[in-house]
Amino acid sequence: MADQIEWVALSVFVFFFLLVTVMGFFAARWRSGPVTAHIDEWGLGGRQFGTWITWFLVGGDFYTAYTVIAVPALVYAVGAYGFFALPYTIIVYPFVFAVMPVLWKVAHANGHVTAADVVHGTYNSRGLELAVAITGMVATMPYIALQLIGMGVVIKAMGLTGELPIVASFIILALYTYSSGLRAPALIAFVKDIMIYIVVLVAVVVVPWQLGGYGAVFKAAGDAFAVKGGATGLTLQPAQMLPYATLALGSALAAFMYPHTLTGIFASKSADTIRKNAIFLPAYTLLLGLIALLGYMAYAAHIKVASPNDVVPMLFKVLFPSWFAGFAFSAIAIGALVPAAVMSIGAANLFTRNVWKSYVNPNISHAGEASVAKIASLVVKVGALAFILFLPTQYALDLQLLGGLWILQTFPALVFGLFTRWFRPEGLLLGWAVGIGWGSWTAWSNGLKPLATINLSGVGYTFYVGLGALILNIAVAVVATVILAWLLPSRQRVTAPT
Amino acid sequence: MAHVWSLPVWVLLLLPFIGLLWVPFFNFQEPALFGFPFFYWYQLAWVPIASLLIWLVHRSQTPDETP
Repeated sequence: MADQIEWVALSVFVFFFLLVTVMGFFAARWRSGPVTAHIDEWGLGGRQFGTWITWFLVGGDFYTAYTVIAVPALVYAVGAYGFFALPYTIIVYPFVFAVMPVLWKVAHANGHVTAADVVHGTYNSRGLELAVAITGMVATMPYIALQLIGMGVVIKAMGLTGELPIVASFIILALYTYSSGLRAPALIAFVKDIMIYIVVLVAVVVVPWQLGGYGAVFKAAGDAFAVKGGATGLTLQPAQMLPYATLALGSALAAFMYPHTLTGIFASKSADTIRKNAIFLPAYTLLLGLIALLGYMAYAAHIKVASPNDVVPMLFKVLFPSWFAGFAFSAIAIGALVPAAVMSIGAANLFTRNVWKSYVNPNISHAGEASVAKIASLVVKVGALAFILFLPTQYALDLQLLGGLWILQTFPALVFGLFTRWFRPEGLLLGWAVGIGWGSWTAWSNGLKPLATINLSGVGYTFYVGLGALILNIAVAVVATVILAWLLPSRQRVTAPT
Repeated sequence: MAHVWSLPVWVLLLLPFIGLLWVPFFNFQEPALFGFPFFYWYQLAWVPIASLLIWLVHRSQTPDETP
């Protein structure tokens, strides 16, 4: 990419960055409550977000900056297969509609702040609580690192080199998250999402118009894949169908097990807020589908890139005036700040409630919880930053992949308990351990690919490892529960006092 | 909670799973629409359809809380 600094683009970028920084610090006073007095205020924004704020907040932290870079990059590299993000982000909403309001009610009635709180409240098992908490924290770290990568890509596109810009912007982010808590990303999400909508709507109208229409865009991509060969193309090859479907399903089931998406759920005002969001959040999916097509537009625009991740920034630089490219880059960079903030808050809430309170200081006050969480959020962000600065980028990508597999293994512990009390916590814990163990080992031995193959009567089936691990996890939990119920039939399962 | 769920309407929520996860249904280029091969416009069309289905289920639900 160009080494020259793009001054116009950079000025636009700096303007929007300063704007959201001011908003971030100002947010502490927005719909204010005592931010430092209670973790509900700092970590959940006061549990008062209505339909609109939740829409922007969840939209802002589920559809991340990295998505805007990585989905078109994957589509550019492999074609149809990269589109699994589309069915994934559609089928997630019937699930959210059916399950998340029930989860919200349990959390609201008992003052739960995290998924691990809910699990402890349901099963009164410290072991299962810790398993869910640690999985959440470990899975979130590389996800934050990924946001930094997304931000780094657009900063590089503006001609800035070195790591100083990204370190500086991350420190600013850390400071206003520290002082304002969840209110900061919630307020900034408005700006970010409106900017992203403008950018994408302009791009999907103007770019095909410049390139000769969508027919020409698909034809250029199809021709390129015909030359490229291998597992690429405008439709899926037969061997890609099962991986496509299982990746979509597994990702959809995992999506709302992450601390950052659950934080959005717990921060909602009511169960109906979540139901309405399940109806309206798919608007972002439409956007994502169109963003994915940027990968094909790159072929029609004859863009050559060193790394697929540069496809989106290059497309904007080549096809748009400098000021609009700067606007688009700001949208993507701010798009990294929102999820990074919510992720660090979600991880900090887990640490405070399920590690610090459970093991270090059980008698901690509400204000004490808020201050532990604030410091934990700083530590989490510094950790993610160090990750990016000192380890190869590929590690973050690999760990993010494993993180998706791991977080999916908390599904039975968190979701089943909302509908039945049949499962024993020991069984769920064993299932979690087996799922994580088998899934990690399988992904590792396949060279950190998310796919595994099994042979049934001579036919090989290739599928998403995470989903296979989840099925194994559930099977182990069921068998262990049956055995435990047979060995210890009289044991009463109690609900923990809150 | 569970007792206000009337089953037939909730079945609508399963349709997106069937429509989008059974890939052989839609893994074609033809018929194209506005230049979009079938594979793409079919899946994009599921976005508003899924919203509509969820809305139908939501509308049929007994309100369970004061706003």
